[in-house]
Order: sequence, then structure tokens, then C-alpha cells
Amino acid sequence: MLLGPSLAVSAVLFALGVAGVLLRRNAIVIFMCVELMLNAVNLTFVALAQQLGVAGQIFVFFVMAVAAAEAGVGLAIILAIYRHRQTVNLQNINLLKG
Amino acid sequence: MDGTLIIFWAFAGLAVVSALSCITRRSPVASALWLVVTLFSLAALFVLLDAQFIAVLQVLVYAGAIMVLFLFVIMLLNLGRPGPTDLKGPMGLTVGVLLAGGLLVQLLGLRRAVPPPGLALAPGVIARAAAEQGMVPAVARPLFGTYLVPFEITSILLLAAIVGAVVLAKRKL
Repeated sequence: MLLGPSLAVSAVLFALGVAGVLLRRNAIVIFMCVELMLNAVNLTFVALAQQLGVAGQIFVFFVMAVAAAEAGVGLAIILAIYRHRQTVNLQNINLLKG
Repeated sequence: MDGTLIIFWAFAGLAVVSALSCITRRSPVASALWLVVTLFSLAALFVLLDAQFIAVLQVLVYAGAIMVLFLFVIMLLNLGRPGPTDLKGPMGLTVGVLLAGGLLVQLLGLRRAVPPPGLALAPGVIARAAAEQGMVPAVARPLFGTYLVPFEITSILLLAAIVGAVVLAKRKL
């Protein structure tokens, strides 16, 4: 059975995504790491769907739809920020910093 | 070790290595292209897990549409050439690695998880249903039956996202 190995791989991918979000400052790269985390979760869903029924695969649909919406809106926000600040480095985007 | 497991670990290794490259490359374009490699190897893993239709969607939607959107924005903002490193300082680096490592240890404990005996299907049920009904109907029937309401709500979400993206990206309404 591939369930155990799949869960291990998705754990590694999710941790790598978290590491990317925590270690990088480029907003676009951080965004890509969020997509990586979503994909790790998708792998978990598909692996469990093999044993618990096709509902897990259907959930992956919804995750993909949310990821597409998130990518569209998020990249639009990054575009708007870039227009104001001429940078996507999060160190320079510190409007909320006290 | 049978053939399936060898192929599985080959693609799993490719996915992990390219994910690692994705978070360490300095140039955002290189990161995006490594992420595409990760998405493709995940699609291969989906095929091995009897989710062929999801694998096709993964290639079409993720690697095809979403990553092209990312590359498009990178090109539009002219961020293609690698600038100075955007990694955090030593303090942030240590804290980030420790947090991610802690999370990894926690999550790896899950790999021994087994579905509760009452709920688990017999091995090969999904593959057999796909062989009997066809791969797409096996997924589409529940999607347009049991899960019809969430499916319709997704269309509202996508509409909101379209409107939001246009409003945010437009210079002046």
C-alpha cells in the first residue's frame, strides 16, 4: 500500500513549503510556497481517497478552485503593491510595522 | 520492492528535490520552473494512487494555468534577473528552520496512520470503480450528486475572485 509513503512525502513537501514561507522575503516566492503547501495537502487527500472513497478526490477539486482564486487575487494584490512601492520584497513593505 | 513502489519513490524523490530547489533558488523564475517540476511529479504520484483524472487536472490547471500566471507576473514586474539574496538574516533563518523542522517531525508521525477499520474500503475498490464506470464518471457522479451544492458555491467563489482581481489590478476604475 502506498498510503504511508504518500503521507510521508506530503509531510516533507508541506514542511518545505512552510520553510519557504518563513525563510524568503520575495512575495512571489512566498506565494509559490503556499501553492506547494496546498499541493502537499492534495497528495494527502488523494492518498486517503484510495482507501476511504472517492470523496477525497472531489475535495482536491475544491482545493484547486480555491488555489486558482487565491493565485488570481493574490497576484493582483502583489501587482498593486508593486505599483506603489516598486518592490515585492516584504522587508520594504512595512506599513503595519509599529 | 515491486515496480510501483520504485516508480513511486523515484517521483517522490524528484518532487522533494525540486521543491527544495524551488525554495532555495535566488531567481523567482528558477523557483517557478522548479515548482512546475514538483507539480508534474505530484501528477505522476496521483496516477499511482488511482487518481488519473486529478493528475490530468493537476497538469492542466496547476502546471498549465496557475504557474503561467506566476511567470506572467514575474515577467510583468521585471523580476527575472536574480537580485541580492532575499533570505532572512541568521536569526530569522534559525527560527524558520527550527519551526519547519519541528513541524516536519510532527507531520512525519502521521505516516503510520491507518484508516479506521470500519471505514476503510477493500484494496483496489477505487481502481475497480474507475475501470467499470470510466475514470471521469467515477469522479463526476458524486461531484454532481452529493457534492452539487459545494460545486455551485465554488462558482460564486470564482466570480468573486474574478471581480476582485480586476478591481485590484486596475489602475483607476
